[in-house]
Amino acid sequence: MGKVKGKPGPLARRPDNSAFKQQRLPAWSPMLTANTVLPFFYFMALICMLLGVWLLLTVQRTQEVKMDYTKAGECSRCFEKLKNESNAGQSCICTVVLHIEKPLKGDVFFYYGLKNFHQNLRRYMDSRDDGQMVGRKTNLKNPSSYCMPFDRDQNGLPIAPCGAVANSMFNDSFTLYYNKLGSPVKVPLLRRGISWYTDKNVKYRNPKMDNLTLAQVFEGTAKPLFWQKPVYELDPFDQTNNGFINDDLIVWMREAAFPNFKKLYGVLHRGDDPFTKGLPAGTYTIEISYNFPVQHFQGRKELVLTTLTWFGGQNHFLPIAYLVTSSLILLVAIVLTVVWWKFGKTGMNMEE
Amino acid sequence: MTSKYNVITFLPVNLFEQFQEVANTYFLFLLILQLIPQISSLSWFTTIVPLALVLIITAVKDATDDYFRHKSDNQVNNRQSQVLIRGSLQHEKWMNVRVGDIIKLENNQFVAADLLLLSSTEPHGLCYIETAELDGETNMKVRQSVSVTSELGDPNNLFSFDGEVVCEPPNNKLDRFCGTLYWRDKKYTLTNQNMLLRGCVLRNTEACYGLVIFAGPDTKLMQNSGRTKFKRTSIDRLMNTLVLWIFGFLVCMGVILAVGDAVWEREVGSLFQSYLPWDPPVNNFLFNAFLSFWSYVIILNTVVPISLYVSVEVIRLGHSYFINWDQQMFCSQCNTAAEARTTTLNEELGQVEYIFSDKTGTLTQNIMSFNKCSINGQTYGEVTDPLGPQAKRLDFTPFNPLADLDFCFYDDTLLESVKVGDSHTHKFFRLLSLCHTVMSEEKSEGELVYKAQSPDEGALVTAARNFGFVFRSRTPGTITTTEMGRPVTYTLLAILDFNNIRKRMSVIVRSPEGRIRLYCKGADTVLLERLHPCNQELMNITSDHLNEYAADGLRTLALAYRDLSEDEWEAWSESHRCADKASDCREDRVAAAYEQIEQDMMLLGATAIEDKLQEGVPETIAVLSLANIKIWVLTGDKQETAVNIGYSCKMLTDDMTEVFIINGHTVQSVRQELRRARERMIELSRTRDGGKESGMEGWGEAYFSGNGLRGGQEGDGTESGGGGGGGGKPPQCPPPPPPPPPPPPPPPSPPSNLMDNVSGEFALIVNGHSLAHALEADMETEFVSTACACKAVICCRVTPLQKAQVVELIKTHKKAVTLAIGDGANDVSMIKSAHIGVGISGQEGIQAVLSSDYSFSQFRFLQRLLLVHGRWSYLRMCRFLCYFFYKNFAFTMVHFWFGFFCGFSAQTVYDQYFITLYNIVYTSLPVLAMGIFDQDVPDHRSLEYPKLYEPGQLNLLFNKKEFFICITQGIYTSVVLFFVPYAVLSDATQSNGVPLADYQTFAVTTATALVIVVSVQIALDTGFWTVINHVFVWGSVGCYFSIMLALHSQSLFRIFPNQFHFVGSAQSTLLQPVVWLTIALATAICIVPVLAFRFLKLDLKPQLSDTVRYTQLVRQKKRKPAGRSVGSAWRGVGMVAEGRLGARGGSRRSGYAFAHQEGFGELITSGKNMRLSSQALANFASRHSSSWIDTLRRKKHNHTHTPPSASGECSPAPSCVSGSLPPLSNSSSVLGGSQETPIEEETVPACDVQPVPAVSTKTHPAAAAGPESAAPPGPAQASSSSVLGSSAVRCHGGDSPGGWTLSLGSVQEALFGWKGFAGRSGASNSQGLPPVAKETSHIE
Repeated sequence: MGKVKGKPGPLARRPDNSAFKQQRLPAWSPMLTANTVLPFFYFMALICMLLGVWLLLTVQRTQEVKMDYTKAGECSRCFEKLKNESNAGQSCICTVVLHIEKPLKGDVFFYYGLKNFHQNLRRYMDSRDDGQMVGRKTNLKNPSSYCMPFDRDQNGLPIAPCGAVANSMFNDSFTLYYNKLGSPVKVPLLRRGISWYTDKNVKYRNPKMDNLTLAQVFEGTAKPLFWQKPVYELDPFDQTNNGFINDDLIVWMREAAFPNFKKLYGVLHRGDDPFTKGLPAGTYTIEISYNFPVQHFQGRKELVLTTLTWFGGQNHFLPIAYLVTSSLILLVAIVLTVVWWKFGKTGMNMEE
Repeated sequence: MTSKYNVITFLPVNLFEQFQEVANTYFLFLLILQLIPQISSLSWFTTIVPLALVLIITAVKDATDDYFRHKSDNQVNNRQSQVLIRGSLQHEKWMNVRVGDIIKLENNQFVAADLLLLSSTEPHGLCYIETAELDGETNMKVRQSVSVTSELGDPNNLFSFDGEVVCEPPNNKLDRFCGTLYWRDKKYTLTNQNMLLRGCVLRNTEACYGLVIFAGPDTKLMQNSGRTKFKRTSIDRLMNTLVLWIFGFLVCMGVILAVGDAVWEREVGSLFQSYLPWDPPVNNFLFNAFLSFWSYVIILNTVVPISLYVSVEVIRLGHSYFINWDQQMFCSQCNTAAEARTTTLNEELGQVEYIFSDKTGTLTQNIMSFNKCSINGQTYGEVTDPLGPQAKRLDFTPFNPLADLDFCFYDDTLLESVKVGDSHTHKFFRLLSLCHTVMSEEKSEGELVYKAQSPDEGALVTAARNFGFVFRSRTPGTITTTEMGRPVTYTLLAILDFNNIRKRMSVIVRSPEGRIRLYCKGADTVLLERLHPCNQELMNITSDHLNEYAADGLRTLALAYRDLSEDEWEAWSESHRCADKASDCREDRVAAAYEQIEQDMMLLGATAIEDKLQEGVPETIAVLSLANIKIWVLTGDKQETAVNIGYSCKMLTDDMTEVFIINGHTVQSVRQELRRARERMIELSRTRDGGKESGMEGWGEAYFSGNGLRGGQEGDGTESGGGGGGGGKPPQCPPPPPPPPPPPPPPPSPPSNLMDNVSGEFALIVNGHSLAHALEADMETEFVSTACACKAVICCRVTPLQKAQVVELIKTHKKAVTLAIGDGANDVSMIKSAHIGVGISGQEGIQAVLSSDYSFSQFRFLQRLLLVHGRWSYLRMCRFLCYFFYKNFAFTMVHFWFGFFCGFSAQTVYDQYFITLYNIVYTSLPVLAMGIFDQDVPDHRSLEYPKLYEPGQLNLLFNKKEFFICITQGIYTSVVLFFVPYAVLSDATQSNGVPLADYQTFAVTTATALVIVVSVQIALDTGFWTVINHVFVWGSVGCYFSIMLALHSQSLFRIFPNQFHFVGSAQSTLLQPVVWLTIALATAICIVPVLAFRFLKLDLKPQLSDTVRYTQLVRQKKRKPAGRSVGSAWRGVGMVAEGRLGARGGSRRSGYAFAHQEGFGELITSGKNMRLSSQALANFASRHSSSWIDTLRRKKHNHTHTPPSASGECSPAPSCVSGSLPPLSNSSSVLGGSQETPIEEETVPACDVQPVPAVSTKTHPAAAAGPESAAPPGPAQASSSSVLGSSAVRCHGGDSPGGWTLSLGSVQEALFGWKGFAGRSGASNSQGLPPVAKETSHIE
């Protein structure tokens, strides 16, 4: 095995004298000595401490305003109404009032949040057809079997977009008014550019148009069962935001990992006064088109307004975790030092 | 045929074998599960890719293994043999030889099948064979054809041979054959004497013809070799157990999650129905939970890592290659490198506790060399300074043209002395050139070839030849030599042949001048007491030399001569003839006649022959025993030879506390001997442990009376042989009144526990016939507990099957890893049944190598194989396994935690590609590199500190505890890996506001954190960073990122949108600082505790390997093993040790007896083996009526099997030597008793009758320790005897159990059955009694 060599003589079958074959490769043999481990621990503690402090300071600069509107104010009416399943398709508009104590400075992001909605169920997540969503015509007419039972309507027409995910799309819409000196000013929200670049430009594509309108392209397909509008009419104001590349659809289709999640609804457009520096403090009225039923799965709906730093939104866990970790490491380091100093045998054994 | 497959059967058989692995079947089952859509939580390829990989790699490996086996099979099968077909000889391959063929064999050929010898070129249809391959004995044996067929000389006659053989069915008994030949209406009985068995080698015979009786698998050799068993390592078995446990764990998790699913579906899921209705066949939550269970089984299957098996195989393969490549295990003399023939056992090499070694060819080279001699009180052959310049090898050619060029001798003073013409030296070598049974063959002038029947004798005659006394040729009546260049012809008057009892041989020759002289050579114990009294001074000097030689492990002989007057010769010749013709008790009478003339001899000197050990054997054995490996020698050779080798390779040493011999012929005697050995061990270790002996006594007595042994002895004296031995050693002084010991508390512990606590160095020597009894079911445990308390065990005269049985015994009773090493076909069964079989390659036979797992050409390579390769393999495998289980638990358990957040829907945390590739790409190579290359300490260190081997034997590095630590660490990591990203991400957003809580970001973050954590962990585990490790560790991490980016790239998505829906996740996730901060935090939390624990462990409880590693550069004094220091404490009883040494010294040096066989003297004088004129032949043949070959056979038989009843009947004959024949069927102590023979009484004046005090028959250590007990005991001795004296009082007189614990020395003497002790030792040893002798005969 591996020793057949052409050379004759008594050493013909002698194995090669290479460092590799003789297991003599030069190597570095590190060892956990006090000289390396203890400084490392102190260093780690220090680094974590610094990171924690820095992150904490950063997080302190962000602001967040949350509001659960499931049954808040007028919306309890809509809530009750939607309890009855026969009213599912009907629109219900309600308004809620939001007080912002301190102005939200900088870019302000507007999220809707859902609680106890399991976008992460295996069969739910599988129930989609990315082939259809990327604009493949064959898939458009023949949705993947994964979409079952949301692949065809009762007439046998293929559903576009098919599957449970699309079917359950969040369809509340919000209009935000700033009550400036009694007269409500509509807060301009950018409803575009709220999804991943790759999603918008790669993952979701409309079928080839070939000089047809979007409606014609989608002819022969049915809208998802729970939808009020077909996919090509999702955005009444912007034709380019319709079909599979509709931002709201894309945002919804990016399934959340946990049952409580928030998704981006829009970004404050800071073009005009008084919103150039963000959202000023004051009272806001939110007009909600309350369509999405949550009562039968005991869900909650909420609105979130936050500002961001380089590091993202308000997130206290990370800095605190760093600080805790740092103090634990410091503690361990001190214990180790004491143990090494008092009981350590390493040094003694070596001299034996 | 040793191979397993052929081309057609390979696939089904191999697959069948592979699916017998629990794991493989399990994965197949999983695969089937995944094909059910309702259950499938993972794509089918996540399982099938690794499974296929595993199956393919294993199959390729098996195929390669089998290919090599085929190759070596073919090598054997295609050996040529000459078959007689239609009257002419044709070459045929071995595999084509059929039963009934007639085969021609030539000199030095292997016998291809079991043959019935028909005829040979030697006279009388004789032929000589060497059976080393079969039973390990290297002396030549004689076979003779049935007389009627021996006349069928040439092929034509043989072709017409049409006899019919009826014989027993194929069996594995090497020494028995019975059959009948029907030919020409007559019946001829066939015995083993007519058979040539496969595996033998034809020697000293030009050619012979044989009829094939058994061929192929029916041959006795193959019947003896047992079936090829599939060997597994203990790690393998542990691994399988653990896999089953993990499987159980998996089921538990599945159940937990299924219950969770049931609850969730009822409470939450049912409300979610409108968004996600149940799959069609599901109609209630329970059924959904049931499906969820299976889905989770699929997801969590990665806790049972599928790539584990293939990785293990790869690592083992790597280790095997390292063994093959090791230059330090390459033998340049035989151009053979070590070879790992089985690639699945490597790590077990690091756990060996018992080594079973063959002797001949394994420990020894089977070369005898004339090493030293003592002539007239002057010793020659000392190597002056081993460290100085290499002594020059003497060149004999200018002095003696007939010299053998291969002969080595370094001391030129001897040559000078010969040249000067020193008369003693001349006599010495003349004796060597005359007194032997060697046959010479002179092909051309000066080209002498000696055919010696024992290598010892060949060495001696060759030595004489080189020193100018060249034995040229012999006829039945003459011996022609060339003495110092002058041809001399001596008339050979008589050969007083060797036998095991006489332990000497003599020749009586008449020199050309007409002087009659008797030359005698023999075991010193025998010879020195037959000297003329005027030799006293010379004898003392010579015995000192003999002691020195014996201490060097040399095989010694003493030489003497006696001048006979014509009258003496005539008289003796007459009496001898008379004895020879006697019809009854011929042997005894002849022996007595021999005895008569071998008296009053003049001592010439002594020779010392080295049974050359293989290079480095003692050192290797020393190192291995420091590594706490017990070495057992199992040899087919004689006890004396084996013991001698035991000493020369330092297995047995003089500072051993005691050496026990088990030599009984009956079940009871063996049992008793074993019991006494144990009792004695406990006794001695108690004594050493400081005066707790009283408890032991109580135990001993309880034990005895419990077994009713006492009654048996008193009743019929069946075992009273023990008493005989005891009788040989009455205490010389009554024990001083012992200080009253505290009343012995009854020891609560059973004997087995006691045996575990035995300290001290003991050795056990077991004879084959005793072993047969010891291996019986009811005695097994006793044997094992006794033997395992001994540091060294030697089993001699064992059959191949017994070797295997011994190995099996240890395997079953001790649960220890065993290794068998051997070179011959007789070792095959042992090699196959041991956990690891090692074959010595480079010798002639390859049977052992073929069935072995490892082969190399030198015994000494064993230490490197075990201490370096084995240790490393074990270490690497353990570290590998620990890490492997850890990383899979860390990987898989995340799914479990996620289950609580995803409604128990069996959603995976990671991308399916990550799941597929994690084990086979992302994390496989670094751990493989660690598993293959890791070293904790360099190779020379592990040889310097054999103690480093111990963790392997104790199974410390990977066991259930370690496993639990690993999986706990894995689970901890999985908790961190799930909850830290969960806590961070669920609330975090990208810097552009897009939430990070989406599934794909979470999956990427967790996967990345996982890869980084396990990479850091492997970096911590790797202790030896070679370039390869660096490349693999960093490469794997790099590989992970590049593969992930590729899989999440647009191009792949564009082709398969449904398969690669993670498009863009990697890019957008990994650009987020939050993600990196999360990963860093998770890594720190995972690693810091590990680091802290490791540091603490290293700091507070450093292992030897850590220390060694730490002091890599500091040279340390080599550690003394613990045993040694205890040994020195024992020196308090130093006198005992010395005394014993003397006793053994006497027995140890009787080299002559070792390899010699009786009967050749007669053969020579009968002239049967010489091509002589028919007239001369007739003359001699008429003189010796009895067939010499019968003698040969009978003698051998007598010594091994027949109970000496015949000799008992003979005993009345006044000078009947066989009265002293050792009644071998009895225990060793009986043999001790048998020293007391009438002759001894005549010849040894010291042997006066002493009444045995009844009390004292219990031998105390001093007495057992040796003949010095006659001397007034020293203080230490006195104390020990007082200690034991009390015990003797307990045992009632006549029981004499202590006599059983004879020291090795006295027992050996006893075995030789002669009054065989040096004069001085004889004085004390022979204090035994005539009554004892009577007892002996009474037994008979």
